[in-house]
Amino acid sequence: MSATSPATTGVRRWEKDPILTVEHLTMRFGGLVAVGDLSFDVGRGDITALIGPNGAGKTTVFNCVTGFYKPTEGRIVMRHGPGANDALVERVTQSAAQHAEAGGSSVFLLERMPDHLISNKACVARTFQNIRLFGGMTVLENLLVAQHNSLMLASKFTFGGIFGIPSYRRAENQAREKAVYWLEHVDLIDRADDPAADLPYGDQRRLEIARAMCTGPQLLCLDEPAAGLNPRESAELNELLQFIRAEHGTSVLLIEHDMGVVMEISDHVVVLDYGEKISDGSAEEVRNDPKVIAAYLGVDDEAEIDIPEVRADISHGKQPAAGEAGGDSAAGGGQ
Amino acid sequence: MEYFVQQLVNGLTLGSIYGLIAIGYTMVYGIIGMINFAHGDIFMIGSFIALATFLGLMAIGITALPLVLIIVLIVAMLFTSAWGWTVERLAYRPLRGSFRLAPLITAIGMSIVLQNFVQVTQGARVKPLPPQIQGGVTLMDGFTENGPIVVQLSYMQMIIIGTTLALMIGFSLLISRTSLGRAQRACEQDRRMAALLGVNVDRTISLTFVMGAALAAVAGFMFLLLYGVIDFYIGFLAGVKAFTAAVLGGIGSLPGAMLGGLLIGLIEVMWSGYFTVEYKDVAAFSILAIVLIFMPSGLLGKPEVEKV
Amino acid sequence: MSDAALPTGFAVARVAASLRDAAVAAGLAAVLAFFFLALRTDIATGGLTITTRWFLFGTAVMLVFFGRLLLNLFFFKRGTGAERAVVAGAAVLAAGIWSAIGAAGFGAGLRSMLIGMVAAAIVVAILALVSHWRGGGAQAAGDKALKAAGMPRISILTSWLGKALFAFAVILPFFFAYFFPKQDRQYIDLAILIMTYIMLGWGLNIVVGLAGLLDLGYVAFYAVGAYSFALLAQNFGFGFWLALPLAGILAGCWGLVLGFPVLRLRGDYLAIVTLAFGEIIRVVLLNWYDFTNGPDGISGIPKPTLFGLEFKRGEGGFADFFGIAYDPIQRFIFLYYIIFCLALLTNFVTMRLRKLPVGRAWEALREDEIACRSLGINTTNTKLTAFAIGAMFGGFAGSFFATRQGFISPESFSFLESAIILAIVVLGGLGSQIGVVISSVVMIGGIELLRNIGFLKQVFGPEFEPTQYRMLIFGLAMVLIMVWKPRGLISTREPTAVLKERKRIGADMVAQGEGH
Repeated sequence: MSATSPATTGVRRWEKDPILTVEHLTMRFGGLVAVGDLSFDVGRGDITALIGPNGAGKTTVFNCVTGFYKPTEGRIVMRHGPGANDALVERVTQSAAQHAEAGGSSVFLLERMPDHLISNKACVARTFQNIRLFGGMTVLENLLVAQHNSLMLASKFTFGGIFGIPSYRRAENQAREKAVYWLEHVDLIDRADDPAADLPYGDQRRLEIARAMCTGPQLLCLDEPAAGLNPRESAELNELLQFIRAEHGTSVLLIEHDMGVVMEISDHVVVLDYGEKISDGSAEEVRNDPKVIAAYLGVDDEAEIDIPEVRADISHGKQPAAGEAGGDSAAGGGQ
Repeated sequence: MEYFVQQLVNGLTLGSIYGLIAIGYTMVYGIIGMINFAHGDIFMIGSFIALATFLGLMAIGITALPLVLIIVLIVAMLFTSAWGWTVERLAYRPLRGSFRLAPLITAIGMSIVLQNFVQVTQGARVKPLPPQIQGGVTLMDGFTENGPIVVQLSYMQMIIIGTTLALMIGFSLLISRTSLGRAQRACEQDRRMAALLGVNVDRTISLTFVMGAALAAVAGFMFLLLYGVIDFYIGFLAGVKAFTAAVLGGIGSLPGAMLGGLLIGLIEVMWSGYFTVEYKDVAAFSILAIVLIFMPSGLLGKPEVEKV
Repeated sequence: MSDAALPTGFAVARVAASLRDAAVAAGLAAVLAFFFLALRTDIATGGLTITTRWFLFGTAVMLVFFGRLLLNLFFFKRGTGAERAVVAGAAVLAAGIWSAIGAAGFGAGLRSMLIGMVAAAIVVAILALVSHWRGGGAQAAGDKALKAAGMPRISILTSWLGKALFAFAVILPFFFAYFFPKQDRQYIDLAILIMTYIMLGWGLNIVVGLAGLLDLGYVAFYAVGAYSFALLAQNFGFGFWLALPLAGILAGCWGLVLGFPVLRLRGDYLAIVTLAFGEIIRVVLLNWYDFTNGPDGISGIPKPTLFGLEFKRGEGGFADFFGIAYDPIQRFIFLYYIIFCLALLTNFVTMRLRKLPVGRAWEALREDEIACRSLGINTTNTKLTAFAIGAMFGGFAGSFFATRQGFISPESFSFLESAIILAIVVLGGLGSQIGVVISSVVMIGGIELLRNIGFLKQVFGPEFEPTQYRMLIFGLAMVLIMVWKPRGLISTREPTAVLKERKRIGADMVAQGEGH
């Protein structure tokens, strides 16, 4: 596979304009150190890939960023508005607050926030390794649930909505339009009225991304979005992610085993092994890093770098390892 | 001090009974992950069988107390086991692998059925049995401002605590040493995989119910001896308290169930002894709520990690 | 018989298997029933006595034996026509002989024998009919066809059923007053009772059916509503219409207070804690004598008025004001319409909420709580609203209960009530509004019908009291319906938003809440 370098290679946006900074993140489960002293940046508008062998702690990082785990130590900063805003970050860190706003940009300390506020206020959306759709609700309903907070405001916390005030009706129509927009872009518009559990696996993956986008995120975290997809679907996924970045300016952080996807679309790759960062840089740099090659070839016998098709199959059926919580038993959502 | 020791003894006795019932809850919860709502009523069934056997033996002229006790115990265990097996076979097995609420509803339905079956066939009035085992050993005696006080460990309490201990040891061995116990633990971990490896899952689950029912029968008999009064409704309260005990000890853990039972018994007796008898159930229920809210994995249970 | 072509050995093996199976079932029944049917303990002078009832015991064992055998031949193992005929004949004969033996003591052998045989023959005939109706080997194919065509058909059916039931509910009191003038009071009273359970079911449906939170202590809010109204009326002289909303709001607040600590619990644990709370409230009501009057309860709760008009005889009453003749039935009709409107309000609000963000969030919560959190939904608040709104409707129903009875005591608010309400919701089909109506009518109405079955007394003798079997039958029905339809009677889900075509969602897709 020849990786087409993204146009932005060499800009190293994650150093100048990071949207998310993870600093000294440590997560312990009892005696097990799933993530140890991990620091990396995600550039604004970049597609950043978090890769590493199974059990490297990638999903744990995701769970810390999106608030499902409270990190044992470390700081996770989310920035709205341009620039690193270091002064503001320091100010929030010193105070007890979860976030601060100054001059049109705001800073959020994600490790202090509960999960729902991370999505609602800090605008970080995520998908799950084992797809978590609302299986008994229709595709359209799934996308409307994702717009819960804006609709809740419009319905005056239900009290207005129950009497059908016009502003709520308008908001609901807008929400439907937004849902339809995303359904068109993930090519599911014909299945809008089917229950989500009825969709085939690949469609469910795309629906989950569409649902995350409906929350209006600035950072989209995707946990193995290409797992279980065939090569054609993988290519479509690449296009979708490029589209999301280009049209909506959403930064993307993704965990992926499919090196085809990673090398083709990532501006920035962070490599984890045993919960620690072993490499960090552009796709080209990482690909040639001897430590990365050692980690993949030495630790994991499955020759992860070279045969993406085989790997897609392996990673689909793989067992979650100790650090990466995520039961594959629940992955039956697609059946 | 003497009063406290007496309450301690009483609490341990009551706690043994709760512990025996709690084991049934904890084993069933461990293996199929459901609250067997009818288990309290199995306990009630056990006490009725024990009562009828006792009276029957008296009627045919067998009156040697140790012999009677042993026969009653065995008969109650055997016949109550049949009830436990039947409840599982009729109400739970057809719903295995079905939706979560369905077995809960059939369990509540079974509980209603058992209560009303006993009420219809045996009458709604309480059945008083005069105390059968009297006497005991005096542990302490002393004086308080209210007069002399004697701390007594009655023979009945000894029998109850002794039987409970013996059964506990026996069951622990059964679970840890035999192939049945191994099959049971395998089913707890992963029922489908256990089935693939040749464990007869249905049989294992049935036997779990049978064992739980047998222990509940022992508890029912002890309850009958201790209080001397039973009716068709005793299963509900005892069941909820025993479930509390199972949760307090950490559901799925046999020593936990026993420990939880002893604690609940002690709390209830102490509360009645030092505060108000009327609110003793409130004390038990409040402890259930508090434990579940602040310590959902109980004292000896394994903590659950939320999977994302 | 065409079946005669089969090798006889095959048939014999099958009959033998059926016989063996029936014998095992009968043996098990004998073991189970021995201490309860054959023996009976009773209080007598000088302690407990034990009596034997061998005839009853034998009847039960025989019933199980022949019942199982017939079920085997007609349903499970499907014997040939000849086998069925032989066994049916044997069963009828055995029933007759057994009845004769039982009745011999009363000197009415022949008549009893006839009655027993006729009863057995009727049972066999019903079995044969049902078996025939379910239609042998064609059944599987039929099921498939039904499944394919089923969805829209059920949809149309339930929508028409809903309309028809609504129309009937509107005219119900007048229907009974016109067609059953002698028993109208009894029927309208039953309708009020059923309507109360429908309302409670709808209220609990919000919590269990939509939000997927298993609440076994719903009766607590019913009790809070009833006691709030009774105490407000007694201590401050509040009338029904003023106390009703207050009682609902108080119950809702209790929902918040009780809900807050417990809502992070999952599945069964939540169920058991709500059960504990329900019991705590009952025990407190029972023992807080100064406040609640303890087990004696509160009496003299005021009746509702129609804009100040009381339903009483004479001056200033409803009948007097409108210049019509006084009839006590007027008050029942009025009560019926109050609970009807309250239930409609519950239904209307629920249907409305389902289409609002909060309702969608409830259902999303039932489907997947973690995904909800990842979408920025505050799950604690969402659960609390479901709990509080459900509690509020429970409170409304409670105040209605108080005003209807005029007397309340803690006895009315036992765990059994919670279990009945939950059973109504689950048996009807979680989340289905019409399902709650059907199961309320079937379960509550069906049970109350037992009171009116007079002919059983003629069969079983004058001491026979059918009502004592009410709860036994109720429990059996709960088990049987669940085993037959684990998802409840109406189990499809109606989507809350539609783009092009409204499609109902099959039950197997819909989750039932957390922790499974």
